[in-house]
Amino acid sequence: MTRRKKFSTTAMIQKAALYFSLLLFAFLFLMPMYVMLVNSVKPLEEIQAGGMMNLPWNWTLEPWLKAWSTAQIGVEPTGLRPYFWNSILMVVPAVTVSTLLGAVNGYVLTHWTFRGHKIIFLMMLGAVFIPYQIALIPMARMLGVFGLAGTILGLVVVHTLYGIGFTTLFFRNYYVAFPDDLMKAAKVDGAGLFRIFFRIILPASTPIIIVTVIWQFTNIWNDFLFGVSFADFDSFPMTVALNNLVNSSTGVKEYNVHFAGAFIAAVPTLLIYIFAGRYFVRGLMGGSVKG
Amino acid sequence: MLKRYLPQIVITPGTLLVAAGVYGFIGFTAAISFTDSKILPSFNYVGLRNYENLFKLKAWDIAVANLLTFSVFYIAICCVLGLLLAILIDQKIRAESVFRSIYLYPMALSFIVTGTAWKWFLDPGIGLESVMHQFGWASFEFNWIKEREFALYTIVIAAVWQTVGFAMALFLAGLRGIDSEMLKAARVDGAKILQVYRRIIIPQLGYTFVSVMVILVYNAIRTYDLIVVMTNGGPGRATWLPSVFMYQYTFTRNQMGIGAASAVMMLALIAVIVIPYFWWELKSQGKQK
Amino acid sequence: MKKYMTSGLLAATTLTTPAMAEDSVEVLHWWTSGGEAAAVSVLKDALEAKGVTWNDMPVAGGSGEAAMTVVRSRVTAGNPPTSVQMLGYDILEWASQGALSNLDATAEAEGWGDVVPEALQFFAKHDGHWVSAPVNVHSTNWVWTSGKIMEELGVTEAPSDFVGLLDIAKRAQDAGYIGIAHGGQPWQEATVFDSVAIATGGLDWYKKVFIELDAEAINSDIMVTALENLGAYRELVDDNFSGRDWNLATAMVITDKAAFQIMGDWAKGEFVNAGEVAGEDFQCWRVPGTEGAVTFNADQFAMFNVGDDRKPAQAEMASSVMSPEFQVAFNIVKGSVPARIDVSDEEFDACGRKGMADLKAANEGGTLVGSQAQGHANIPAVKTAFSDAITAFFNGELTAEEAAEEMADTVAIAQQ
Repeated sequence: MTRRKKFSTTAMIQKAALYFSLLLFAFLFLMPMYVMLVNSVKPLEEIQAGGMMNLPWNWTLEPWLKAWSTAQIGVEPTGLRPYFWNSILMVVPAVTVSTLLGAVNGYVLTHWTFRGHKIIFLMMLGAVFIPYQIALIPMARMLGVFGLAGTILGLVVVHTLYGIGFTTLFFRNYYVAFPDDLMKAAKVDGAGLFRIFFRIILPASTPIIIVTVIWQFTNIWNDFLFGVSFADFDSFPMTVALNNLVNSSTGVKEYNVHFAGAFIAAVPTLLIYIFAGRYFVRGLMGGSVKG
Repeated sequence: MLKRYLPQIVITPGTLLVAAGVYGFIGFTAAISFTDSKILPSFNYVGLRNYENLFKLKAWDIAVANLLTFSVFYIAICCVLGLLLAILIDQKIRAESVFRSIYLYPMALSFIVTGTAWKWFLDPGIGLESVMHQFGWASFEFNWIKEREFALYTIVIAAVWQTVGFAMALFLAGLRGIDSEMLKAARVDGAKILQVYRRIIIPQLGYTFVSVMVILVYNAIRTYDLIVVMTNGGPGRATWLPSVFMYQYTFTRNQMGIGAASAVMMLALIAVIVIPYFWWELKSQGKQK
Repeated sequence: MKKYMTSGLLAATTLTTPAMAEDSVEVLHWWTSGGEAAAVSVLKDALEAKGVTWNDMPVAGGSGEAAMTVVRSRVTAGNPPTSVQMLGYDILEWASQGALSNLDATAEAEGWGDVVPEALQFFAKHDGHWVSAPVNVHSTNWVWTSGKIMEELGVTEAPSDFVGLLDIAKRAQDAGYIGIAHGGQPWQEATVFDSVAIATGGLDWYKKVFIELDAEAINSDIMVTALENLGAYRELVDDNFSGRDWNLATAMVITDKAAFQIMGDWAKGEFVNAGEVAGEDFQCWRVPGTEGAVTFNADQFAMFNVGDDRKPAQAEMASSVMSPEFQVAFNIVKGSVPARIDVSDEEFDACGRKGMADLKAANEGGTLVGSQAQGHANIPAVKTAFSDAITAFFNGELTAEEAAEEMADTVAIAQQ
């Protein structure tokens, strides 16, 4: 009897310690976000007066409006709005195409293997590890040759290219675990490569598609290097505009506008993580990067 | 005929893109590293001169030494903390998805965004130190980002914060994939929870560990944006990494030859880590099927 | 007028060319902050009044580092912007790659050769042809002081040597102020070293080291002494300097927290923006020990080799940049001095006038030298070889002797 009682007290203590640690870590993780958020709704004078952690005395949405539509990005007071669109126009096709290519590649490499498929897979895997900086000069030349320099389409191609490695890896590792029997049965029935892909494989791929889309979306949306190197004045993505906003070299630093701008730039990816985050871990469990 | 080669045909577009855009460009960079390229690529062969110069440059030694320090701390902390968080979350807790999202969300942000916030947070003049002073803790000191010996560790902190969620997600996926019967059996045997983890669960996470390590090593070698935003290599050149070195020499110092040589060294470093992984990946591919 | 007619004729005959491309310029620059952007707008408005559309391509950050990467990829892609804000040897390196346009027609018609100082023409011409339109002349050997602190310390005029300047900082420290406002970034430390080098070794030694790259002069006792003087300066800086932007350091002088800052005359733009009056709220001195010398750097709009359809608009832009109206309007905002010496100093403040007079005198007396820190003494590879060692010394990584030695080594590599 007493022993039992003691046991449940330890359990209680353990539970308390567990939640305490979880909350402590949550606090640490949220801290930088809190700092940004709280300072993006303060007037500039309050920030300059110090007290980074304080709640504002005067709440204001002015910095957000300014960052979105009137802040100076270079000479033009356009705010981030037009660049937001450029980013959308770049991200959506790049994510779609690279995910599709990855799916097809992963599928062929696991279920329609041919001589040398391992080499191809290793090639794709190697692509994951390339430092992007080395691609800048030769890629610029390629884009120029194909007439894609300074266009959003050019950025789509670049992001697709450097995404294929990851997407192929994700899908391949997912499809490796896919039951072979089903495939064999379908092949015996005379179903072709694409038919099996669209009828059987793709409908069963939702978790890994979600993982891939999240991964690609955040990487492409947050890319700065390619955006700044290959875009034109009318195809700048959001990150480049944000950099121009935040990194202005003289004058008073409008921290509140900077933080609001940073937040605006982060909204799409944050939303994706919040709404699709649960599928992320689930998809990883499905074997994407192998558990 | 077409049908017979359909798999090869289907995989061709992606393969070609990768062959040109990854391996072709690696070859190009390697070629440039043997030339006297300055502001733009040129093809005057100069032998190993760029490599000789690279090894003479103190900045390169510093960058490599920094990478070692950075990687060791970054990887060790990410692994330990990532596993710890995954284990905590795996305790059938309430609001699991809330906690998970909180630990994962920094991954959604761009380094340009988080770097700015961290720079601010770590600045003794306006950040944590001044806040503590305001709360009346006058002797509190936290000026690592300004100190030559410690600045690199502030980059570690920010990098861990940003990517540990991914390690956690992978570990969590690994934990969830473990055979639950074995766990039940162990619990029935009355094994303590710590023992269960140490003896049964963690040894089974071998594959996950490898995946996590490879991704972290790769992250460490590529870390660039974060440094540029937080310290831009400073104080002095205390936070230079090979990635910063390569960018600087190639693009702002007009010494593309040396920049390319440093890129080749980076690729070699990556290869040392990645090739065993490739080999292992291939081996296990057969096993899984 | 004639030019308008020819370009009009061109437009009429080449009907296939889209009108858009013909009448627009794309300008890559890193002047993104309020004051600078306002200054660039002057140019934009002038061009739009002539019917030329301005396509803005700002790339902020790292005093143009990101922008230079962009230029490279744009040129490699065969799609260069019309014009790029550029400094010193960068222009010459691009010109030697054949990437720049020939502006001779415009330059001759407008007589640029007579009004632009020789030292500046060196960077605006390649092989005797104009490739770039200079916007302004900055110089780096300035001290910006807090009027209030100087008054409190009873300082009425500039001290006679560098030691005297450091002495003022010491006295300011004793009075409870920060001695020197300093921004801890490699280029800022190098900028200060421009002045320290001249104050220590004299102008001839400066030329020998930074322009002629004489290895013995570089790794010499004078260099060690110069670095030690920089070390003495370092002692009077507050603890929190590392990574600080230059304008935040300037703000410390504006708000009378620090006695002075050694910085190029772009700092004046900050004082003016804050509503301070030159000679009253703040003073501008040449760095003691460097009087007479002017270590300059000049922002220019390098004109890239674009298609013929875009050349008329490019010429329009070059002509607008060089117009006296723009030179005055821009430089009043920016704190610098016009790139042509024939414009009136009427609208400038006390510091602006002093800058213009100094420039003229230095141009005539042969004491106008390119700023090492700002890439006007040598190619970028050499510039950074120096600034690496300077900043490593400043941050305590190297001793003065080690730094001098590293300079000699890395400068040798950079020249290959």
